[in-house]
Amino acid sequence: MSVQKKKARAGFFIILPSLIFIGIFVYYFIFLTVRTSTSNWNSFSALVKGEYQFVGLRNYQRLFKDPRFQTDLWNTLFFTLFFLAGCVGIGLFLANIIDKKLKGSNFFQNLFLFPMAISYVVTGTVWGWIFAPGNLPSDPQGINLLFQKLGLSKFQWMWYTSTKSIGKFNLALIPVIIAAVWQMSGYVMAMYLAGLRAIPEELIEASQVDGATGTQIFWKIKMPMLRPITLSAMIVIGHMSLKIFDLIYAMTGSGPNNVTDMPAIYMFEQMFRSNRYATASAIAIIMLLMVAVVIIPYLYYSFRGSK
Amino acid sequence: MKKWFVLILLSLVSVMTVFSQSGVVEIFSWWTGGGEEEALLATIADFEQLYPNIKVINATVAGGAGTNAKAVLKTRMLGGNPPDTFQVHAGWELTDTYVIPGLMEPLTDYLKLWDVYDKFPAGLIDIVSYEGEVYSIPLTVHRSNVIFYNKKLFKEIGLTKEPETWKEFIDALEKAKAAGYIPLAMGDKEKWEAGQIVENLMVAEFGAVNYNALFNGELSFNDKRLDSALEKMVQLMNYVNVDHAALAWQEAARLLYDDKAVFNLMGDWAEGYFKTLGWVPGEDFGWFELPGTQAVFVLISDTFGLPKNAPHRNNAIIFLEYLASVRAQEIFNPIKGSIPGRIDADPGDDPYLIETAEDFRILAISPSIVHGSAAPEAFVTSFNDAVNALVTTKNISQAKQMILWAAEDVGLVTK
Repeated sequence: MSVQKKKARAGFFIILPSLIFIGIFVYYFIFLTVRTSTSNWNSFSALVKGEYQFVGLRNYQRLFKDPRFQTDLWNTLFFTLFFLAGCVGIGLFLANIIDKKLKGSNFFQNLFLFPMAISYVVTGTVWGWIFAPGNLPSDPQGINLLFQKLGLSKFQWMWYTSTKSIGKFNLALIPVIIAAVWQMSGYVMAMYLAGLRAIPEELIEASQVDGATGTQIFWKIKMPMLRPITLSAMIVIGHMSLKIFDLIYAMTGSGPNNVTDMPAIYMFEQMFRSNRYATASAIAIIMLLMVAVVIIPYLYYSFRGSK
Repeated sequence: MKKWFVLILLSLVSVMTVFSQSGVVEIFSWWTGGGEEEALLATIADFEQLYPNIKVINATVAGGAGTNAKAVLKTRMLGGNPPDTFQVHAGWELTDTYVIPGLMEPLTDYLKLWDVYDKFPAGLIDIVSYEGEVYSIPLTVHRSNVIFYNKKLFKEIGLTKEPETWKEFIDALEKAKAAGYIPLAMGDKEKWEAGQIVENLMVAEFGAVNYNALFNGELSFNDKRLDSALEKMVQLMNYVNVDHAALAWQEAARLLYDDKAVFNLMGDWAEGYFKTLGWVPGEDFGWFELPGTQAVFVLISDTFGLPKNAPHRNNAIIFLEYLASVRAQEIFNPIKGSIPGRIDADPGDDPYLIETAEDFRILAISPSIVHGSAAPEAFVTSFNDAVNALVTTKNISQAKQMILWAAEDVGLVTK
């Protein structure tokens, strides 16, 4: 046996335990969830009895007809779009400022990164207080009270309890998006900062010798070099956003007429409050598919890139 | 070497047996806030004084009306890791979820052995029974069809008499509105708070007998009286605070204490909450039944059951016997702001509780929907969703349709 083969075999045995555990605790459980989602286990007694009865895609059909779940899907779409755009935009902007190495940039770098270290539950509770509208117009609270003190009462509105919408976009999502962006844009900044610092100085200097302007350097050199970072940031933020639960649960709940409801919250309610295990599993599988749509192209791209 | 090993092993085993035998009883509840926690701790302290050999493990999960605790409990029951006894609302929440699947032990014989079976009202025993067997012991009784009001503001807006009819109630709300106060404080962030108002309006429209018949499968939900209950809810929405969707029930009740709101329809755990804030019942705040429900006691009862395979079954039974005693019921309830499930127990010296305990002895009892007593949990979630849509869109026919679907889904009559 060649040395290489021996090494390969040793390597295989080293990763074997994690392969087994991932096989059981990830893929086997995904399989179990799929199995549950096509069953009639929609009550606690059916689950305890455990008699499996295949009902095909009935649970999925019911879900897609359910107005609450339709709202959830639209909410997820808009939340993800704005959450991504906000984090990438602000993260990139902050990273560029910090990268200029102005006085105190180290302090601000840590300051911007700090919200990421806080749990979503804490963020949600605190932003929930900030954006609580109060009994308008006589008794505003939080940010509405601030507006009043500043003489900007015309900007007062119902924030996350608003039932207004533009098309399918519920305006109540705006405060939630602000809280989420506040929390995660520092993290995206850190990613970009690492990327910016990895760009060789010579490249920038060479372009400066050729007479490139600051804007040109940014768009023609830095941005293309940062593309992998943008992609990773979008994957990380995107999959978080599709699964979002804790921030919303702590901050707003599902809101009046489900304006801030998300599939994960509906799944939780179906699972633990209504005892509809099959329906909850169907929601879980739909969420898994949504995340897969985001992740698989990325995996494909990075595997091809590494070859 | 071997000797040592055997010795260590033996001592470990003996430590473990001591631990499991004389040792502990684990009680599971969602009593973590305000008077509830104090009541629980006082009761546990008294129990440990009576039974110094048994140590109580107090397992609690926070969250209003047990929304989070119930999820944790189900996981534990399903995983074969039940607590020794747990808090559960009387009625379908226990029956549908745990009794029908065969996870609970019947307690009828124990109740008779302890000579307490007839100390609870028959209406309550019915609610905690399934096929003739009692499955849980009622510790507390709450009433949900009570409206609390701020006495100072009540006087200030020129009211002298508590409203007895719907019209008088609406007139009172109008007066509060005209005076610039929030007429009816509501906080339905967790949804059930609005659902609770609708269930009380349903009791007012149907009356106790017909309301109970809805959930026995003897009367169809497709009934004009359901429409009028929903209409009244829409009417009430003209008088609630606009930020109701951002508040939990305590925050809404607090609006009364802060002299911002006049009325609050909440279960009488709000009475305990007012007392912890420092209000004196009868002086700072008053109460009356939701007009139309004066002859009904809409009941929420916290009960304790015995799961099969309880790890410390003997201790659990000792603890349950203690909970069924007058002594425990008299310690726990006045602190929590509820009345004892036993009619021979003294409700304490709080004028509200004395009055409610009197009503409890004589009035017809109807189970609450949103607190899991009247119907299976799947119905409760859909019912709350329907009410949540109603208070937002004010679309009565849509809300009614959603309630009908929910009823049909759990096998109640809708034709």
